[in-house]
Amino acid sequence: MSLDTNADSYVTADGRTIGPVVMDLKNITLRFGGVVAIKDISFDIREGEIRAIIGPNGAGKSSMLNVISGFYKPQEGEVWFRGAKRPPMKPFQVARQGLARTFQNIALFDGMTVLDNIMTGRLNHMTSNMFQQAVWKGKAEREELANREVCEKVIDFLEIQHIRKTPVGRLPYGLKKRVELARALAAEPSLLLLDEPMAGMNVEEKEDMSRFILDMNDEFGTTIALIEHDMGVVMDLSDRVVVMDYGKKIGDGTPEEVRNNQDVIDAYLGVAHD
Amino acid sequence: MAQELAAAGAFASIPELLARNVKEFGDRPAYREKEFGIWQSWTWAQAAEEIQNLALGMLALGIERGDHVAIIGRNRPALYWGMVAAQRAGAVPVPLYQDAVTEEMEYVLENCGARFVICGDQEQVDKVIEVQEKIHHIEHVIYYDKRGLRKYDHSHLHWYHDIQEEGRVAHARLEDEMAVREAELNYDSTCVMLYTSGTTGRPKGVVLSNRNIIESAKNSSEFDNLGLNEDVLAYLPMAWVGDFIFSLGQAMWSGFCVNCPESADTLMSDLREIGPTYYFAPPRVFETQLTNVMIRMEDSGDLKYALFHHFMDFAKKGAGEKYGMPRRKVTTEKKTLEQKVRHGFRYAMGIGFAVETLVENAIRLGFTKLRHPVQTRKYFKAKDPIGLKLYRGKLQEYFKYRCGDVLVYGPLKDTLGFGRIRVGYTAGEAIGPEIFEFYRSMGINLKQLYGQTEATVFITVQPDGEVRNDTVGVPAPGVEIRLAENGEIFYRSPGTFVEYYNNPESTADTKDAEGWVATGDAGFFDKTNGHLRIIDRAKDVGKMADGRMFAPKYVENKLKFYPDILEAVVFGNDRNMCTAFINIDLTAVGNWAERNNVAYASYQELAGHPDVLSTIQEHVETVNKSVAEDEMLSGCQIHRFLILHKELDADDGEMTRTRKVRRKVVEEKYAPLIDALYSGKSEQFIDTEVTYEDGRKGSIKATLDIRDAVVVGDKQGMAAE
Repeated sequence: MSLDTNADSYVTADGRTIGPVVMDLKNITLRFGGVVAIKDISFDIREGEIRAIIGPNGAGKSSMLNVISGFYKPQEGEVWFRGAKRPPMKPFQVARQGLARTFQNIALFDGMTVLDNIMTGRLNHMTSNMFQQAVWKGKAEREELANREVCEKVIDFLEIQHIRKTPVGRLPYGLKKRVELARALAAEPSLLLLDEPMAGMNVEEKEDMSRFILDMNDEFGTTIALIEHDMGVVMDLSDRVVVMDYGKKIGDGTPEEVRNNQDVIDAYLGVAHD
Repeated sequence: MAQELAAAGAFASIPELLARNVKEFGDRPAYREKEFGIWQSWTWAQAAEEIQNLALGMLALGIERGDHVAIIGRNRPALYWGMVAAQRAGAVPVPLYQDAVTEEMEYVLENCGARFVICGDQEQVDKVIEVQEKIHHIEHVIYYDKRGLRKYDHSHLHWYHDIQEEGRVAHARLEDEMAVREAELNYDSTCVMLYTSGTTGRPKGVVLSNRNIIESAKNSSEFDNLGLNEDVLAYLPMAWVGDFIFSLGQAMWSGFCVNCPESADTLMSDLREIGPTYYFAPPRVFETQLTNVMIRMEDSGDLKYALFHHFMDFAKKGAGEKYGMPRRKVTTEKKTLEQKVRHGFRYAMGIGFAVETLVENAIRLGFTKLRHPVQTRKYFKAKDPIGLKLYRGKLQEYFKYRCGDVLVYGPLKDTLGFGRIRVGYTAGEAIGPEIFEFYRSMGINLKQLYGQTEATVFITVQPDGEVRNDTVGVPAPGVEIRLAENGEIFYRSPGTFVEYYNNPESTADTKDAEGWVATGDAGFFDKTNGHLRIIDRAKDVGKMADGRMFAPKYVENKLKFYPDILEAVVFGNDRNMCTAFINIDLTAVGNWAERNNVAYASYQELAGHPDVLSTIQEHVETVNKSVAEDEMLSGCQIHRFLILHKELDADDGEMTRTRKVRRKVVEEKYAPLIDALYSGKSEQFIDTEVTYEDGRKGSIKATLDIRDAVVVGDKQGMAAE
C-alpha cells in the first residue's frame, strides 16, 4: 500500500476517511510485582480506523487493553485521549468518556434477557435519579424510551431480533458474543475495544462477526481496537496492526508491512536459539 | 364492506382499488411491519402517499410504459408498495424469489428484460450487480435497506427514500404524466408477471392481467367472506402467486391489513403477536408445528399430559367439527343483550367446568401418584368432571368441548398463533389426515385448495363445512373444470393467465383456443359430494389390463401416511391386479419393537418379523378399504404385498436424490420378486447387489414372505386369485 499513513488524515482504499489520533499511548510500562507485562510501549489509535493488536500467548495484549480501558494503571507512561492527558481514572469514568469494550470470556448477566443486557450498556446515558425512576412518569419514562430505541437499532443492526426476549444463559456461545458486542455498541462509544471477538467461533460465525465489525465501523464511524488470533481476520479487517511479544512492541504498521517484518515472522514461527 | 361497494369491472386496476381504499377507509391500517421491536403501521392514506412518491420518483428516473420492474427481497411493505408504484407508472412488476442464486436470477432478469430493479437489502443488490456484468439492460437499482451499501457506486444505485424524495419534489411536474398512464390501465392490461418455480425446465414468466387478479381476488374474498377486519401475515415468497393474491389482490379488494414479520427468524413469535384471521401455509409447516407440540407435551407434567390427550381424543371424534368451527362472518355490529347473556353463560359454563376438571383430576392424580409413584403417566387417565353428568347428549358434548376450549384448545391455539384464525388454507401437496384432523378438531378452520400460477391460484377450494382431508374441494367460483379421457384436469376461469412471456409455443401447448388450460394433474370427481380428488401427475397414471385406471401414487401416498411405512411402490400397469413393495420406517418400527420387547439385529430381520408383517397387512387392508370407496380407483387395491429387505436408496439408483422412487429401476432390479407376487408364491429368494456409501459393492440375500391382503368387492381380483 502506498498510503501515507502518517498524514493528518487520509482515505483508505475502500473509501473510509481516517482522521487524526484519538488515543495516544506513550511509553507505557506495566508491572505486576517483579513481572513486567508491558515494557515501554507506544502506539496510537486514529479516528475511524480498525486497529488490531496481535501477538503470541502472554504477549501482554489483554493487559494493554486493560490499560486503555483504565482497569490497570501503568507504572510509567502516559495515556492521551482526544488531545488531553488522561489522569488516573476508574473504569466507569473511562467508560463515560466514550469507551466501551467486550471481554475475552463473556461477561454478561446470564439470568437477564438479551434486551435487558443490552440496556445495561445504556447506563452511562441515564441521568434520572432513583426517585424519578420510582415515580416513573416523566423523565424516567422518556429516558427509557429513548434508550430502548437505541438498543433496538443495535438489535436490528446485529440481527438478533429473534432472541430479544431470551435469557442470555440459554444462548449458544456465538450468539452470546454477539450480544456482548451489542451491549458495547449500545453505549454508543467513540472507541470500541474488542478482546478476541472471534475466539471459539466457527467459520460462518467468524464471517458474520467480521461483517458486523466492518459495518459498525462504516455505519457509525466507530473507532475499533481489537485483539485477535485469527491472522486471516486481522489482515483482512484492520487498517494498522501492532504486534507485541513478551511485553514489547516488535512491529507496527499496515498489515502488509507487518506481514513482511522479520521480527514478527520470528515471533510467530519461532527462531533457533543459539 | 368492500364487496358491497362496487361490482367487479368498476375497478379496472390495482391503483384504482388503492384509490378507492384511501377514499373509503383511508385511516384504517393497511400495512404493518415489525421494526425495532414495535409493530409500525401505515394507514391506507399513508401507504398511498408512499406509493405515489415512489411512482413519481421512478417516473423522474425515466421509467417507460410496459417496462418490467424486478422486485427482490423478503416481504416488506416497501416492496409491496414498489409493485403498486410500478403499476401506477405504467410498468409491470416482476417479483423474484429472494433466495435464488445468482445464475437463476440472471436467467429471469434476462428473460424479462427489466430496466429497473427494487432490492430489499445489500444481499440482493450484490446479486444484481453480479448479474449486471453479463446483462446490460438493467439501468437503475433501488434498494430499501441502506446498511452496508454506503460505499457502493451510486451512479445507478438509489436509496428508496431518495427516490421518494425526488418524486415528492417532482410532484407538480410529473403528476399529469402519471395520471395519464394510470388512466391507460384497463381490465386487460398486464397486472403482474410471475415466474413459475421451474421444477421441470426453465422458469416461465406467467403474464396475469388485471382481470385475472381482480376477478380472482373478488371471487375468493366473497367465497370466504373476507372483510376489512382480517389480518394476514405475509411471509411466503413474494414471487409466488399465492402471496401476490393474498397480500396484494385480496388485501386491495377487501381492504384488510397485511402484516410483515421482522425477520425470517422471528416468524413464529410474530405470528403469535399478530394472530392472523386468514392464514396460508404449506403442509410442511403444519407438520413441523404438530411435531413440536407433541414433543413438548411429552415433556410436560402428568396432569397436563393426561388432560391434553383426554380432550384431544374427544375433539378428534367429531366434536371439533361440530362445536369448534369459528363463525363464518366477523360482524362489527353490536351484540344484543340476549346474545351477550348467551355468550356470557357459555363462557361461564366452560370456565366452571374447567376449574372442576382441574380440581378433580388433580386429586385423582394425587392418589394415582401414591399408588404408582414411578409410572404415574402410564396409569393416570384424565376424566370428565362429575358435574358434566348432569347434562345429557348434545348439551353434555357441547359443554365438554367448551371446557376443553378453556383448558386445552384455546391455550394451544394461542401458543401456535392460531387463536383468531377464521380461514386457513393449505395446498401444494397432500397433507396427512392425522395432521389435518388435529388442527381441525382444535377449532381451526383449515381447508385445502388446489391451484396453480396459471390459474391465478384458485382452481378448486373447499367450502366451509364440506372439508375432507383427501379432496381439494369444489371448483372455485367462476371456474369450469373438464376431465380428459385419461383423467387429466383442464380448467377455464376468469383467472386463466394471458400467456407465457415471450414463449408462444409453451402458451399454445398449455392453453387451447377456447381458453382451456391443461394442469398436467390427473384427478376425478367424488360421486358423493362433487369434490375433486387429485391422484397423480397425468403422465404417471396408467391403465390396468381390463382398462381400469391405475394411479400408483394415490395408493402409495395413502400408505405413506402411516408412520411405519417409509416408502411404497405399487405395481399394476397392464396387469390384472395391483401389488406392492413396502419399506418400513426403521425409526418408527424400531421404536415399536423396543416397546414390545421384540429383539432384532438388523433392518432385514426387523423387516421380516411376522408381527411387523401383520401390522403392515392391517395398514394395507385399511388402505384397500378406503381405495375401494372410489369407484374409479377400486382396481388399485393391493392384493399381494411384501416388505423389502433393504431400504430403497439413492446410492443404488433406486431413488432420485430428492427421494422420488425410480419405478423403472425398481421393476428391473426386483423382477423375480414381482414375478413371485403375480405367480401366487408365498415366499421368494432374492440376491440384491448394494452399493455402500464408500462405493464398494456388496450383496444382500434374503427370502421374503409374500402376504395376501383382503380386498373389498373387487371381482376382477378374486378371479385372478
